Amino acid sequence: MDKPEIIKTINLTKIYGMGDIQVKALEDISIEIRASEFVAIMGPSGSGKSTMMNMLGCLDHPTSGQYFLAGEDVSQLNKIQLAKIRNKQIGFVFQSYNLLPRTTALENVMLPLIYDGNDHFTESEQRVRAETMLELVGLPDRMHHHPQELSGGQSQRVAIARALINDPVLLLADEPTGNLDSHSGNEIMELLSGLNQRGTTIVIVTHEDDIAAFTRRVIHFRDGHIQTDHLNGHRPVPTHITEESHATF
Amino acid sequence: MRPSKVIRIASQGLNRNKMRSLLTMLGVIIGVAAVIIMVSISRGTEATIEEQITTLGTNLLYVQASMLRGGPAQAQTGGLVYDDAFAIAENVAGVKGVVVEQSATGDVKGGSVTVEDVTILGTTTDFPSVRDIEVGNGRYFTDTDLDRTQKVAVLGATLAEELYGETTAIGQIVTVGNVKLTVVGVMAESGMTGSVDYDTYLFTPITVVFDKFNFDMFARMFGDSVRVIYVEVEDKTLIDQVTYGIEVLLAKRHDVSLDSLDFVVRSQDDIIETQESTTAAFRSLLGWVAGVSLIVGGIGIMNIMMVSVTERTREIGIRQSVGATPNDIRWQFLTEALLLSLVGGVIGVLAGIGGSWLFGKLGDMRTVVALSSILLAFGSAAAVGIFFGFYPANKAAQLDPIEALRHE
Repeated sequence: MDKPEIIKTINLTKIYGMGDIQVKALEDISIEIRASEFVAIMGPSGSGKSTMMNMLGCLDHPTSGQYFLAGEDVSQLNKIQLAKIRNKQIGFVFQSYNLLPRTTALENVMLPLIYDGNDHFTESEQRVRAETMLELVGLPDRMHHHPQELSGGQSQRVAIARALINDPVLLLADEPTGNLDSHSGNEIMELLSGLNQRGTTIVIVTHEDDIAAFTRRVIHFRDGHIQTDHLNGHRPVPTHITEESHATF
Repeated sequence: MRPSKVIRIASQGLNRNKMRSLLTMLGVIIGVAAVIIMVSISRGTEATIEEQITTLGTNLLYVQASMLRGGPAQAQTGGLVYDDAFAIAENVAGVKGVVVEQSATGDVKGGSVTVEDVTILGTTTDFPSVRDIEVGNGRYFTDTDLDRTQKVAVLGATLAEELYGETTAIGQIVTVGNVKLTVVGVMAESGMTGSVDYDTYLFTPITVVFDKFNFDMFARMFGDSVRVIYVEVEDKTLIDQVTYGIEVLLAKRHDVSLDSLDFVVRSQDDIIETQESTTAAFRSLLGWVAGVSLIVGGIGIMNIMMVSVTERTREIGIRQSVGATPNDIRWQFLTEALLLSLVGGVIGVLAGIGGSWLFGKLGDMRTVVALSSILLAFGSAAAVGIFFGFYPANKAAQLDPIEALRHE
C-alpha cells in the first residue's frame, strides 16, 4: 500500500490505576492504518478495544508510546490541542448515537462547526453544508426533526452526518450498529462502506462478525495485545450511496 | 467560539428548562427588587424630612427638653416651661423671634358645620414669621391676646372654607369642645409644609391651649410645660452666640450647671446632620439585608448550575467529542449563570421600580428610585452570577470526555 498513513502507533501503552493495582489496558500496540482503509477492531470485552478506540479518537492520552495521526504526533498534546484534533481530524459515531436532545437533526450536524475556531463559514454556509451532509446520509426530509422523533437508524445517520461535517481524516465508529436491528444495522454498514469507497478512512469497533464482514481488514484484540491482524476477503456492494452525492465532495 | 454563539448556546440551554430557569432567577429578582425598593423608600423618607427641615425656616434654633432630669413621666417635657420662651426673647441678644407650640385635637363647630379632629395649635405671636406663613384676612393674635388668654382663633384657609364656605369667617364664633373662640383672622393658603398641612389647622394663643385644651394627661400635670421652643436668630453668624446665650440663661433659670443641662439647643445643621447619620445607618442596614438576599439568589444559581452540570454530563461529553475545548464548556455554563442573573437582574429592576411606585401609591409613603441603586443592584447581580457560576462551570470544563460520554 502506498497511500499515506492516517494512523501509526508505536508501542502504544495504556495503564489504568495508580499505585499497587495497575491494569494494562493496552500494551505495546504498534499498528498502521492507511488512507481509505476500512478496519474493524474486534475482541471480547476487556480486550482493550474500547481503550484503543479512545486513544485513536484522541479522547485520552497513552501512558507511553506514540500515536501519529495523519503524520502528527498527538500522543502528548494537551486537552485543548486534543479538542482541536477531535474537531478537525476525527469524526465519531457512537453506539447510542449521542445526539443532543431537543435539538434538530440539522443543528446536531452543525455542532462541530460551532467549535471550529476559524469561523470560516458563515451561518448560512454552515447550514447548507449540514444539509448536504444530511442528504448524503439519506435524510433530506428529516432535517428539522428532533432526535426523539427519529428511528434508531435515522439517528445514527444524523450522527454520521455530524461526524463527516468537518471533513475528518478518520471516521471512528464504536459499535455503530449495537443499538439497531439487523436491517437498520446493515443499512448503516452499507452507508459506511459507501463512504469508505469514496475515500473516507474508517475504523469501527464491533464484536459482531456480520458487521466486521463489511470491512476490509480485521484486527483482533485480546488482553491488551493484538491477537490477529488480517485482510478481509468479503466486501458487500453498497446500495445507498448514489453517484450524485459523491459529487458533492 | 464567537460570543454570539456562546450566548445562543447558553440561552438554548436555559430555554429547555424554562420553569427551572425562572425559579432560579426568582432569587435574583427578589434581591434586586429589594435593593431598589428599600433604597427608594429610604431616599423618599430622607427627602421628605429634608424638605420639612428646610421649610421650617432658616436661622432656626430648637430648644428641646432633654431626658436628663426626672423619670419617664418627665421625659416628654423635661424642664422647659412656657416662661422660658419669654425669658429667651427678652434676655438673649440676637434673637429675632421665639415660638412655642402646644397642640391639641378637637372637633370644631362653626355655624351649622362641624369639622372633626382638627389640630388646635397653640402658639405665640411670632409663629407666622418664624414659620414663614402669612395671614390672608384679618389678623394674627397679638401679645395682648396671649397675655390675657383671649379666646381668639385664626383659621387655616381650608378649615375656614369648610366651616363657612364663601361667607367671611372673621367675627364668627367657633366652638371647640365647650370653649367658644372668636375668629380674628384666616391664614393665606400655604399648601403642604413637609408632611404638615397648616391650612387645616386652627391657631390660638398658647395660653388658651394651656388653659382650656390640655387634654393630654401629662400636659395637664405639668401645666404650661412645652416640648420645643423655636428660636429665630437674626443672622446665621449669630447662631453659636445665641446658642450659648440660651444655655447660660436657661441653666440659670433651671438651676442646673452648664455640664448637665436638662435641655438641648440644636441648630438646623445639627438636625440635618443627625438626620443624615440615621438615614445612612438605615440605608446601610437595608443594603445588608438586600445584599444577603442577592447572595441567597446567587447560591440558588450555583445550586441549579451544579444540578445542571451533573444532569447534562452526557451533553458535555458529546460537545467535547466534537471538539469543544474546556474553555468552550466553561464559557457555556458561565454564560448560562450570567444570563440567569442578568435576566433576573433586569426583571428585578423592573419589579423594583414598579414596587417602589406601588409602595408610594398604596403605602402612603414617598419613594424616590435612585439610579445608583439600580446600577448597584444590577452590577451585584452580574457579579453574583459570575462568582457563583464559576465553580459549576469549572467543574463542567474539567470533566473527562470518556467519563462524560459514558454517563447515563
